[in-house]
Amino acid sequence: MKSYLLPEFKIIRDDDRCIRCQVCVRQCGFGVHTYDEENDIIISDESKCVGCQRCAVFCPTNALTIMTNPYEYRPNANWRKEFINDVKKQAEGGGVILTGCGNDKPYKIYWDHIVLNASQVTNPSIDPLREPMELRTYLGSKTNQLEMVDGELKTVLTSQVMIETPIIFSALSYGAISFNAQTSLARAASEFGTLFNSGEGGLPKELRKYGKNAIVQCASGRFGVDPEYLNSSAVVEIKIGQGAKPGIGGHLPGEKVSIPVSRTRMIPEGTDALSPAPQHDIYSIEDLSTLIYALKETTNYEKPISVKIAAVHNSAAIASGMVRAGADIIALDGIRGGTGAAPKIIRDNVGIPIELALAAVDERLRKERIRNKCSIIVAGGFRNAGDIIKAIALGADAVYIATAALVAMGCTLCQKCYTGICNWGICTTDPWLSKRINPDIATKRLTNLLRGWSLEIKEMLGGMGINAIESLRGNRHHLRGVGLNKWELDVLGIKGAGE
Amino acid sequence: MKRIQINEDVCIGCRLCEVWCIVAHSKSKDIIKAFKQEKPRPIAMIRVQEDIPISFGAQCRHCPEPICVFSCISGALYIDENGIVLHNSKKCVGCWTCILVCPYGAIMRNEDEKTALKCDFCMEQGTPSCVEHCPNEGLTLVEVSENGF
Repeated sequence: MKSYLLPEFKIIRDDDRCIRCQVCVRQCGFGVHTYDEENDIIISDESKCVGCQRCAVFCPTNALTIMTNPYEYRPNANWRKEFINDVKKQAEGGGVILTGCGNDKPYKIYWDHIVLNASQVTNPSIDPLREPMELRTYLGSKTNQLEMVDGELKTVLTSQVMIETPIIFSALSYGAISFNAQTSLARAASEFGTLFNSGEGGLPKELRKYGKNAIVQCASGRFGVDPEYLNSSAVVEIKIGQGAKPGIGGHLPGEKVSIPVSRTRMIPEGTDALSPAPQHDIYSIEDLSTLIYALKETTNYEKPISVKIAAVHNSAAIASGMVRAGADIIALDGIRGGTGAAPKIIRDNVGIPIELALAAVDERLRKERIRNKCSIIVAGGFRNAGDIIKAIALGADAVYIATAALVAMGCTLCQKCYTGICNWGICTTDPWLSKRINPDIATKRLTNLLRGWSLEIKEMLGGMGINAIESLRGNRHHLRGVGLNKWELDVLGIKGAGE
Repeated sequence: MKRIQINEDVCIGCRLCEVWCIVAHSKSKDIIKAFKQEKPRPIAMIRVQEDIPISFGAQCRHCPEPICVFSCISGALYIDENGIVLHNSKKCVGCWTCILVCPYGAIMRNEDEKTALKCDFCMEQGTPSCVEHCPNEGLTLVEVSENGF
């Protein structure tokens, strides 16, 4: 069938600069560029281009410009280009449109409408370059009170995990991302003193040595879950939902299930790895409690148990149930959370923004006087240190970043993760493409990012006159809204700017 | 003593090492001029060997006991004071004995000049150009002992 779709991207090659070195030809995993020896020219098939910019970055003479193809249909506020093209795609393919990465629709990003406070005259700001600043964070359930007898602590403390910065790498499973990419995350987390999350694909044996810095997931597919896996970690996370696809399971295509992936996931090579939409042993809060305590028993009550849900309409009530069911950590993943593969219609339409979910959950748990029983980790589209510090002031204990970590490794959010081809070597199990991530370099890039953001958080804390992140946690007085409606300010629990 | 280490695990086969080797051995040292104007175009002295997913850029290993030097019939190949194996094209007679004996296939032919051609470790610029421009650290400069290990 002839496709009626026009290429998404336009490739402009400056022929005065192109030296026919064919680096672009070799770097494109989608086969966009080919060299025509007869005419000594490079031909680019724009219909295959995904706009990942790999060729442009690697071109030694900067001869390539990849830009959005500027074609237009007749302007129509309802039938925008994206919707026309999606209809064409489905008319030609007849299936669910898949995509990768997080929601790219212009839902209001509340971080952009929240501003931070700073000290002026009546209270001194602190210079983080001269005075110590504390970003250290403890994750886990905190006791209601401490009992001291003769200067000795009598209360038995619950298991806590210490992280040096409130930034954690979010779940990225082996199989979805390459071994080299996961290794880089593990090494960076270990070097910086924070955590990485194995995702639902198990933890390769080679990475068990980074277990002290690992959150391991137990998801609906139960891939790679056994007592050794659970005990190799710092935290065990029950994955109920994911922000990019609330209510939807996972599907790792068989092509990505190579021998090492199959070994780690404990499934036959080349078979589709299907994660059911629900956990079939969890249909209620009581069922969740059963699994939480089964995991606690397996890990000898030594590890905090996290429960991750997608942020949806009743998150606050669900979170309350989760804490009562025994969760030590609640992970909330908002509507802008990323994915390796999700139906586009789900990614773009289901869930709620993380800012609102976080504010609602924190508020509810405080009202019910159980906020201390759990730590809250939030996820879903955190772009910079500003977003993170605002989340902490809104009530989060720590923030999960995944897209930002991938971008640090080279990702440009081309959204083709579901194809199994990743020109940046991240979201693929192809052994040839995977080599593009050098764990030494990627680890450095990740630790640099953590360091940069941590320094920025310290700068902002200092400006507010605070010297420990603990003092900002849930301190919404340091936040003001700009351009928000009353209901939005009410849900966020913050005042408008000027108030 | 520094030598180039080949890190096969992270070679991505982009062949930028070959490109920049050509530039480093051009008259202009300008990438566009080297490729588009200089005739004959310089020849890369590093070659990427590829059998996907295996690939690596291989150039002269500057062996501590170089068979090529021992075999050279005209004295064109020699070891300099830093242990680098160099080639004097003025002395070369183009017999290709060195090519025959090199266990790494690291010596090229300059067909126009009828002389051998090999990696000179970019003696003029310090860090070899291939190492400097490898985008993924597939080639790195490492310190080795006097006997080459």
